[in-house]
Amino acid sequence: MAPTARPTVTAPLSPHLQIYRWTWTMAMSVFHRITGTALYGGTALVAIWLVTLASGPAAYAWVAWFFGSILGKLVLFAYTWILMHHMLGGLRHFVWDVGQGFDRERRMNLARGTLIASVIVTVAIWAVALLVR
Amino acid sequence: MAETAKTSLRTARSRVKGLGASGHGAGHWWQQRVTAAANVPLMIGFIVIIAMMAGRPYPEAAALVSHPLAALILIGGVISVTLHMRIGMQVVIEDYVHDKGLKFAALFANTTYAVAVAVACLYAILRVSLARLV
Repeated sequence: MAPTARPTVTAPLSPHLQIYRWTWTMAMSVFHRITGTALYGGTALVAIWLVTLASGPAAYAWVAWFFGSILGKLVLFAYTWILMHHMLGGLRHFVWDVGQGFDRERRMNLARGTLIASVIVTVAIWAVALLVR
Repeated sequence: MAETAKTSLRTARSRVKGLGASGHGAGHWWQQRVTAAANVPLMIGFIVIIAMMAGRPYPEAAALVSHPLAALILIGGVISVTLHMRIGMQVVIEDYVHDKGLKFAALFANTTYAVAVAVACLYAILRVSLARLV
């Protein structure tokens, strides 16, 4: 049998992250996973806080000093925002779980809303916490 | 029949039913949703407790955590969050770690971390909240 001409064009590889144009829904999906991972590590801070509280005033004073410092407050503010973003991202998943919000406009609004609402809720929590004090 | 029994770990009943993982395959999916729903009110309570404790001297901070409502919210939160984060991290590991040995080590470390955080937090909450009774 005569050899047939082989195609010179190689088959395209399946596209990966660096090929895709970033979209709101994709960014919020990735961010949900990043915030989840950050919160995973953050539970160690909660454990340290509780264990030092159980250890007595000397150990607790050290932790209270850190979280009262500028760096500590920044960590807590970031922690609040990450927690709120992950929570709102989770609520977005609940909307999808019941079969709602899949059309283009609503899924874009949900993605943008997650980011905007997470900032608003975080600022509101800190405003209330500082005002009530 | 005898040969199958030797080579398979599945029970005879499981083979007869022939359903594979059906009925259990969605177990983690459901557990992730149930703990997520529980996390919402528990984390709001957690934030309120933290905000109330901030800047307080030690006796007041300890008294706050020893309040039954605060202790119950914290205990519930620790259980729900550590279950939730263990499943979540397991999904991340299964997505990105493909080497068999590394994946096993990562999944083992994941469970160890989740249990360690849970045990440390629960012990501390109970110690602080029960210490005031005696």
